[in-house]
Amino acid sequence: MAITDPTAHLGGPPGGFIGAQDPRVRPALVEGDNNFTTVTDMVAGIPEQPVEKTDKLWIGLFLISLAMLGLLGVCLAYLIHTGVGVWGNNNPVFWGWPIVNFVFWVGIGHAGTLISAVLYLTRQHWRTAVNRSAEAMTIFAVICAGMFPGVHVGRIWVAYWLAPVPNQMSMWQNFRSPLLWDVFAVSTYFSVSLVFWYMGMIPDLATLRDRATNKWRRISYGALSMGWTGSSRHWHVYERAYLILAALATPLVFSVHSVVSFDFAVSQVPGWHTTIFPPYFVAGAIFSGFAMVLTLMIPARKWFNLGHIITLNHIDVMCRILMATGMMVGYGYSMEFFMAWYGGVQVEQFAFVNRAFGNYAWAYWIMITCNVLIPQLFWSRRMRRNLAVVFVISITTNIGMWFERFVIVVTSLSRDYLPSSWAYFSPTWVDVCTFIGSFGLFLTLFLLFIRFLPFVAMSEVKIVMPAAHAGHGGHVKDRHDAHGHGDHGHSKHAEVPHHG
Amino acid sequence: MADSKSATTTTPYGLVGLYTNVDDLLAAARRVRDAGFTKWDSHTPFPVHGIDPAMGIKRTILPWITLVMGLTGVVVGIVGQWWVNAHGYAFQISGKPIWSLPANIPVAFEVTIAFSAFTTFFGMLAINRLPRLSHPLHRLTAFNRVTSDRFAVVIETADPRFDAGQVKRLLATGAESVVECPADPTHAGLPGWFHGVAAIATCLTLIPLAMAYRGRQATSEKPRYVVWTDMSFQRKAKPQRASELFQDGRAARKPVPGTIAVGQIIDDQELRFGVEADEISPVGTEVGPNGVPLSQWLTGFPAAITVDDAFLDRGEQRFDIYCSVCHGVRADGLGSVALRAKDIRATRWGWVDPKNLLASVTVARSNGELFHIASHGISTMKGYASQISTVDRWAIVAWVRALQNSQAIDSRGAPQAEYNDLPPELLGTVQGPQTEGGR
Repeated sequence: MAITDPTAHLGGPPGGFIGAQDPRVRPALVEGDNNFTTVTDMVAGIPEQPVEKTDKLWIGLFLISLAMLGLLGVCLAYLIHTGVGVWGNNNPVFWGWPIVNFVFWVGIGHAGTLISAVLYLTRQHWRTAVNRSAEAMTIFAVICAGMFPGVHVGRIWVAYWLAPVPNQMSMWQNFRSPLLWDVFAVSTYFSVSLVFWYMGMIPDLATLRDRATNKWRRISYGALSMGWTGSSRHWHVYERAYLILAALATPLVFSVHSVVSFDFAVSQVPGWHTTIFPPYFVAGAIFSGFAMVLTLMIPARKWFNLGHIITLNHIDVMCRILMATGMMVGYGYSMEFFMAWYGGVQVEQFAFVNRAFGNYAWAYWIMITCNVLIPQLFWSRRMRRNLAVVFVISITTNIGMWFERFVIVVTSLSRDYLPSSWAYFSPTWVDVCTFIGSFGLFLTLFLLFIRFLPFVAMSEVKIVMPAAHAGHGGHVKDRHDAHGHGDHGHSKHAEVPHHG
Repeated sequence: MADSKSATTTTPYGLVGLYTNVDDLLAAARRVRDAGFTKWDSHTPFPVHGIDPAMGIKRTILPWITLVMGLTGVVVGIVGQWWVNAHGYAFQISGKPIWSLPANIPVAFEVTIAFSAFTTFFGMLAINRLPRLSHPLHRLTAFNRVTSDRFAVVIETADPRFDAGQVKRLLATGAESVVECPADPTHAGLPGWFHGVAAIATCLTLIPLAMAYRGRQATSEKPRYVVWTDMSFQRKAKPQRASELFQDGRAARKPVPGTIAVGQIIDDQELRFGVEADEISPVGTEVGPNGVPLSQWLTGFPAAITVDDAFLDRGEQRFDIYCSVCHGVRADGLGSVALRAKDIRATRWGWVDPKNLLASVTVARSNGELFHIASHGISTMKGYASQISTVDRWAIVAWVRALQNSQAIDSRGAPQAEYNDLPPELLGTVQGPQTEGGR
């Protein structure tokens, strides 16, 4: 069952995704001398570590994250007790950092479902290495995102007014408002992503249950895995369900950031009222999401020795997506300028010149540098495979994407139609600490996830191993067929991708 | 689950063949399928490609369930929004239609996705009869590796064709081992105390609902309990209370000395009000609009105004802009709005036709009165004081007088030669002598 270089018999050069001469032949998705047993041991070994032998590094990071989470709690308590005046938000910049942070986090939350659903439908089998952790990241990022508009409404105890609940005031929502569309989009996205993530995890939780050596693990993983037995009759329905969920999540992921962009585009504030916003927001969301996946994945694969599962090839592909989406947002930035000039509306023209050369020019150029210029390094294969470089760029990308949202929200609002109310926005310490605290929330949840739940989708990784397919009992042949282009001959099965 | 406990005499659950690779599994599955067993299954750590035909598994109906519930989501999304915004709480925003579908698409879409996704997930669980708290296979130690790296085919003893010897032989080919799975000795039902706890918990959840219902029905004389003060208690000026903000305690401030309220400039009574300067106190008997005796309306123009060609041109221009749409450029009451109102018979809805300003009743009004009407309106006509400046309103009055004079020529006063030159269709419009206006 050992896997040697699978392309050896074809005579093509081993290695890179582009390197192979025969375009139908792809390099192994799981590297090294691995089989089903070692994959299980590698992945399940992480949550099975005894609590008293928890990695010191993990404990250290967890304590830091908890401290940041505590900071968030303090800031929110102070905010709710005192009122939104503790923020820098004031006329005319009423949206300020809370909305910047909301868009930032919800953008990061797009990579998970994109990897899970879109890459699943497009048969990108390399996704199996990272989809689980990316989905987890999505859910935690959307939790952070949802928190910001939640507290931004000011009186959070009446936040339920956002939901169409019959009430004694006979008061209903305005369904024509993009802000309400946002409530529906983000909450649907969160719940569907949660279902998708959890459903994908059920077989792996069953693995953990069956390997459990103590009572608590057996009970908790047993309850979470719902009595999964790996029955083929169950798998049949499960795979159908997974395919349907992927098909539903794909338009969903594109709709969510489009709706977020409607918050801006449907209003008439100069600099916001543009039709390019939905596609350019979605590209930016994928851009920032993949950057965050890389930021989390590069340390994680090192600490947990998952280099054979999350390979350099995977990092390479994600870097290319990063560069492509980076150039898409770059196109968005330039097209905004073009449309402002072409549209001939003076106020719009002023808004964009002001962005690049006005009070907030520093933010604009940070954005351009981080989002458009730096990712150009990924044209070089050496850079894509240099983990230190990739890690640093993944972080600068998210700095750039945060500034993109800052530029959009703050420069536009601070210089709107009424010059008499123009003002310069400055955040307060509460703004800054709440944002830092949101990272605490995110990292706390993510650290708990990698410590106690299956970090890599074991059952899905096994499918993309050659031994998972008939006629491969220990032999290596028909590589391209084994990795599946969906044309396996069984007519009944042709449209069902084999899970990977 | 870690070890098999029972070695009792009860009938075992079934026989389990364990395989180390996919090929052996598929071969075993085909053998069992061809032997005609019905109560059997294979168990694998991942979905094995080709197992469905090897086992003869029929395609699931899950996609159809999802489709039906997705369509339900479309209907719920659309109808729900229609009910809320076009029926239950219809309100106008920026003059847009109460119900316009495009704005409702995003929410309808999200509702559809949510319905479909949850149906898919819970449908999958329901079809697979999950969650299942206990399963005989979970008590078999050898079965534990099936979620990691082993493949199993299980034939239940409940199958009518079950015969231990034959089944063992059937499973043995290529198998790592064939083991017997004992029956699950545990009681499958929920523990007895669970029902009591569930009943109590259900009752407890009803309490908040009952309290909410009571709150909706009952009245109370006690002030409500305020958790968050919101804006209920503010440091604002209230009636019969001293203001905290100002030293003199007055909440309403007096105007700055010299302040003139809107419409209260009385520097020039003739110009501003169209009333004789000396006769502000009512002495007359016949009272016109605004309580001013008719005798006091200014009959000429205010002293501040010089009526010349430029002034008349200005009046014509303003009249054409503001007045002609109803009264017509010739002041005959046949403006485009008036004609349209006739077409659609707008009087059905209370429309009052614009007056023909050439008619004797208007001609009989003094200049001051016309100015007053232009400023403050009459009948259903609105006042134009906020739109047209004082001097321009006088210019309009002058232009109306000019129109009255030119449109209503005294045929007897006209030179006979010119009178004869008039085209016959115009003869009817020429009116008799009129009383001279103020000019």
